[in-house]
Amino acid sequence: MAATARPARRPARRTLDRLWRHALLLAVTAFALFPIVFVVSAALDPLGTLSGSQPLPVRVGPDNFERLLTETAYPRWYLNSLLLAVCNAAATVLLSALAAYAFSRFRFTGRRVGLYGLLVIQMFPQFLAIVAIYLMFSAVTELRPEIGFDTHWGLLLVYLGGALSINTWLMKGFFDTVPAELDEAARVDGASHAQLFFRILLPLVAPVLAIVGLLVFISTVNEFVMASVFLRDGDSKTVALGLYAMVADRRDADFGMFAAGTLLLALPVLAVFWYLQRHIAEGLTSGAVKG
Amino acid sequence: MATEKTPPPLPGGGLAPRGPLAGHLAKAAMLALSAGIAAWAAWPLYEARNWIGLGLVAAVTGLVWWVYLSERRVPAKYLLPGLLLLTAFQVVPVVYTVATSATNHGDGHRGTKEEAIARIEASSVTRTADGREFALTIAAEGDSPSGELVFLLAGEDGEVYAGDAEGLTPLPGARTGPTGRVLDADGYTPLTAAQANGRGAEVSGLAVPTGDGAGIRAQGLSAAYEGRAARVYDDGCDCITDSETGTVYTADDERGVFAADGGERLSQGWRVGVGADNYARIAADPGIASAFLSILGWNTAFAAGTTLGVFVLGLAVALALHTPDRLRGRTLYRLLLVLPYAMPAFAMMLLWRDMFNADFGLVNRVLGTDTDWLGGTGTARAVALTVNIWLGFPYMFLICTGALQAIPRELVQAARLDGAGARQAFRHVTLPLLMVAVAPVLIATFAFNFNNFNAIWLTTEGGPFPPDSPTAGSTDLLITYTYRLAFGGQGAEYGYAAAVSVLIFLIVTLISYAGLRKSASLEEVNR
Repeated sequence: MAATARPARRPARRTLDRLWRHALLLAVTAFALFPIVFVVSAALDPLGTLSGSQPLPVRVGPDNFERLLTETAYPRWYLNSLLLAVCNAAATVLLSALAAYAFSRFRFTGRRVGLYGLLVIQMFPQFLAIVAIYLMFSAVTELRPEIGFDTHWGLLLVYLGGALSINTWLMKGFFDTVPAELDEAARVDGASHAQLFFRILLPLVAPVLAIVGLLVFISTVNEFVMASVFLRDGDSKTVALGLYAMVADRRDADFGMFAAGTLLLALPVLAVFWYLQRHIAEGLTSGAVKG
Repeated sequence: MATEKTPPPLPGGGLAPRGPLAGHLAKAAMLALSAGIAAWAAWPLYEARNWIGLGLVAAVTGLVWWVYLSERRVPAKYLLPGLLLLTAFQVVPVVYTVATSATNHGDGHRGTKEEAIARIEASSVTRTADGREFALTIAAEGDSPSGELVFLLAGEDGEVYAGDAEGLTPLPGARTGPTGRVLDADGYTPLTAAQANGRGAEVSGLAVPTGDGAGIRAQGLSAAYEGRAARVYDDGCDCITDSETGTVYTADDERGVFAADGGERLSQGWRVGVGADNYARIAADPGIASAFLSILGWNTAFAAGTTLGVFVLGLAVALALHTPDRLRGRTLYRLLLVLPYAMPAFAMMLLWRDMFNADFGLVNRVLGTDTDWLGGTGTARAVALTVNIWLGFPYMFLICTGALQAIPRELVQAARLDGAGARQAFRHVTLPLLMVAVAPVLIATFAFNFNNFNAIWLTTEGGPFPPDSPTAGSTDLLITYTYRLAFGGQGAEYGYAAAVSVLIFLIVTLISYAGLRKSASLEEVNR
């Protein structure tokens, strides 16, 4: 941290300043943690019912995790969710970065319309599109069952329809911050547009690639409506579908398993988060603020 | 797409080497892959004689080759993959929805008039006194279980037939089992019970004509009987006559129904264009119009309240952590504060719902209260907002932290040196700079929450419902209300739901456009 130019503050005022900061942070942290502590305690409670659950763990045992992993298809759902989320995140980052490069570095007819179009199409309530997508994929399922209903390929395709979105704007903003002189220099050295993109620009915008990847990963893990239309077969289900069915049917009895499943699902997200955390703040805003 | 900024042509024109071998190989591989995919997609289309589909595949593949084989059209090379997917899975569905909003599409109005007639006739078949009975095997024509549906029928006299919409064909070579049912026959694939169930609508819709107005219908999945249609369509009068009651139902091509003189309608209709009727219905029906307006009011409040809530809370903690003196526990605070963002949102919504459960929810037990949180309008709305702010503020905290760090500290220091107080420096220097970065995110947050289906559906499900309006709950957003119209309960009304969707789309776009105009991001586009 840079030292301030101001003279050192008086100790009393400084203490007061720290006091309100801590008070505020503690209050908000408590709000943030309240339901999470509850999930942890419900997951650890061997009784595993909603009505018997306590705010803090009183009984501790691995029973819920054991039941979840042996009695349900949770491991399978988990694998499905991770696979879908990783593939979607990787493909979305690539497609979006390609488009952002075009929007940032080239001037062409339809550029403005394209950029606004991307924003406007986001505003459309997607779920009604389900009727159309359902009809489309009913036909696809008959012709090519490999990418039809109950397959992850079909669902992935639909997800990738949303690859160009607000994320593309975020990336374009980041590309804009990379000076154009760099492009010129590379071109003088004989680099093609593809080399410029893959070798020079992509590494420079890595923070925004990380953040978009993370955002897409999280939203895919959470995606529910489209998955419920597509994956009707037990083996292809995602965690979101499996856990939802668990509390929809027998909410009270399976509550502990539900909580355990929620915690396990948070683990990969937390891991990715932890790994990317120094890129995150940078990736979210550098494109928008011109220092 | 014409480029204004293509690279200058290299000396030597087309003969000069344009890049390392790897690039050319990659390009060749991609073009070969696209040709492979095209062939893979084209084959079943060709088998099904789907010329429109084949034309589409050819057009898209042609476009891909046209763009990538050329030395020009550089931006298109980068945009095409994303744009193709966007067109197929976002633009087409939106166009389809807009088109649907001008029809009466919904339960009882799904297919064409011919399909409606076939279904009305088939469902009116009742068993005749001398009608034959058959042991039924449901099968598909060809080698695949998804082929044309066929009934393999074994009569009491041992005769075996294949029956489809055309009529009966004798099947002398078929093998029958101990129950008399056909086990297999050349050229047909018997369906398993699950497969047959999956095509239940087709099974119950199929009537094998046996001449003279009689037909064979399935009764369950293993038996069939011959009967006679009570309701028969007559081309001459474009009407359906019920031979039992003598009622004549005349086709109404404007509404897509068969209606009798007395106004009685057959439940099975067909899909017709209704122009702007669906939109007029929203405006004209006072019940719907008032429900729509009250939902719109709460919907706007929900989106604005969420946006404001997450922004204030996120900014407050970001500011509290943003201090030149290192705060004790800074890293720990940061980690704990983003935890809600890392938890799976759908599960946490369900969990919050259970925490506010009136009978055994945690909140009541902790507070020692006996409040029916989700049962009252005010409390249910407060719950929906609380949950949504809990889910959203960590993201805004991250954004604000990044934006605060990007503001040069010298600017604030300069203001302080010029005599501005801490508060003034914040209001006139930090906040405006912060807003430049955060405004687009705020607009996106608003737009997202305006249509935040999960946030309501997984917590309150739109309820509580006032006794006088069973379809419009007091925490309903327009999108959950529309969802109930389109898919929920009895009588799905896609046409009407599509019209409401188009309206939602217009409203959100207008609000967001107004917000965007004020934000700096517009200038970015024009750079």
